[in-house]
Amino acid sequence: MDKYEKISMVVNGKAYSLEVDIRESLLEVLRNRLHLTGVKQGCSVGECGACTVLIDGLPVNSCIYLAVWADGRKITTIEGVSKEGELSKVQQAFVDEGAVQCGFCTPGLVLTATALTESGRKYSDEEIKREISGHLCRCTGYSKIFNAVKRALDADC
Amino acid sequence: MFDIVNIEKPGTLEAALEMLSRNPELKIIAGGTDVLIKMRNGALEEAELLSLRNIPGMDEIRILDNGTISIGAMATFAKIARSSIINENLPVLSEAAVSVGGPQIRNMATIGGNICNGAVSADSAATLLAYNAELKLLSRSGSRTVPVSEFYAGPGKVNLLPAEILTDILIPEAGYGRTSGCYIKYSGRKAMDIAMLGVSAVYKAEGGKFSDVRIALGVAAPVPIRCSEAEAYAIGKEISDETMKETGRYAVKSSRARDSWRASKAYREHLIEVLVFRALKEAVIRGGGVDIG
Ligand SMILES: Cc1cc2nc3c(=O)[nH]c(=O)nc-3n(C[C@H](O)[C@H](O)[C@H](O)COP(=O)(O)OP(=O)(O)OC[C@H]3O[C@@H](n4cnc5c(N)ncnc54)[C@H](O)[C@@H]3O)c2cc1C
Ligand code: FES
Ligand code: FES
Repeated sequence: MDKYEKISMVVNGKAYSLEVDIRESLLEVLRNRLHLTGVKQGCSVGECGACTVLIDGLPVNSCIYLAVWADGRKITTIEGVSKEGELSKVQQAFVDEGAVQCGFCTPGLVLTATALTESGRKYSDEEIKREISGHLCRCTGYSKIFNAVKRALDADC
Repeated sequence: MFDIVNIEKPGTLEAALEMLSRNPELKIIAGGTDVLIKMRNGALEEAELLSLRNIPGMDEIRILDNGTISIGAMATFAKIARSSIINENLPVLSEAAVSVGGPQIRNMATIGGNICNGAVSADSAATLLAYNAELKLLSRSGSRTVPVSEFYAGPGKVNLLPAEILTDILIPEAGYGRTSGCYIKYSGRKAMDIAMLGVSAVYKAEGGKFSDVRIALGVAAPVPIRCSEAEAYAIGKEISDETMKETGRYAVKSSRARDSWRASKAYREHLIEVLVFRALKEAVIRGGGVDIG
């Protein structure tokens, strides 16, 4: 007895109307239906942050967010961050600081950092650490990621 | 995929209460950060869900005319931590809110879900106890208000009747006015970790003495608790390191810590003694030392 519901959402600036299975997470719909495979699936239980997307501008773990909840919402995935082939300043900062190794954690971290730069606020070092604490990285040891986020935020003022 | 057979998304509280009274099998889902994890673990199967997310206004934070602060059950911890009403009047709750999970979790997790889930480690629990918070519960047959201290019934169990929805958390002025306080979450990591111990201390002072002291602990007994022996000891005493250290020793008496894989009983009792002292001392420093009455 499969149950489907129709939802409308805007993903990376493009409007979609689609039938989703009520059992699906937003992560599953983004990856399997819209083929936005920059959204990574790590733990599936909200611990690692690999699946982070922005929902109405706020970072959320899409693995524990029901697809039916996305109805009427604006979603940003890593695919929507660069504009006309130009890296965003957050992406450029990650490149410049060498903050990417295998890259599995990178889409989520770039989105969280993007939300920080768009908040227009200033962040102390401690606050930056707190704001990226919902992401696990198995490669870099975090220092370069921290530096990249700080650089992106500094480039802002 | 989650094991969901149906999900209702009512647009009003009335409709939600009606659905709940017709179908007692419905499981309320708010932010989903506990419910969906249970489903992933197989602890909840073939769920029929009632999502509160489409009901407008359930996340409002307001000060009522009589000074009571009302926090909508659907307010997320991110919203609570940012709220000026909370930061100005209930700073300890804001401190507890930012200690929950990480930023993405705080954008989803609600305070109502935190309390109704019944976990002894719920980071908002100790602070709500220390502020003498009350819970407003609504069902089709009426509403009732219960103190948080009477809501916890056992490990993972709360006194929520079938077909009842928690709508607001109320903190009367007598609970927060002219107080200073501090929350200490003790855990292995600074973020994304569950408390090994949570300590909330709130006090009022008069003439260099404690006139009111409230100490609450998470993860020190089967449910979050207040330390009545420690409070009774401290009230009326001179504000000094000695008083506060002794209050920490008394706090151990109210606790019923046990051995678990996270920490041994002996270690937990040591933590209670030391962290109650530290939380109270920090509260006093924030309160400007002595007279805040
Ligand atoms: C990675 C991760 C880290 C976490 N870290 C922490 C942490 O550090 N500290 C902490 O305290 N918790 C933590 N949690 C647990 C969880 O996020 C919180 O308990 C959260 O506040 C639950 O709120 P929710 O809205 O997501 O609840 P839900 O999962 O939607 O619901 C939880 C329970 O409450 C009931 N319920 C919800 N709202 C109502 C209502 N209005 N009326 C009646 N019943 C209701 C539901 O039926 C369910 O039983 C973490 C969870 C995850 C996944
Ligand atoms: S996959 Fe969502 S947090 Fe790990
Ligand atoms: S770069 Fe490999 S997990 Fe972060």
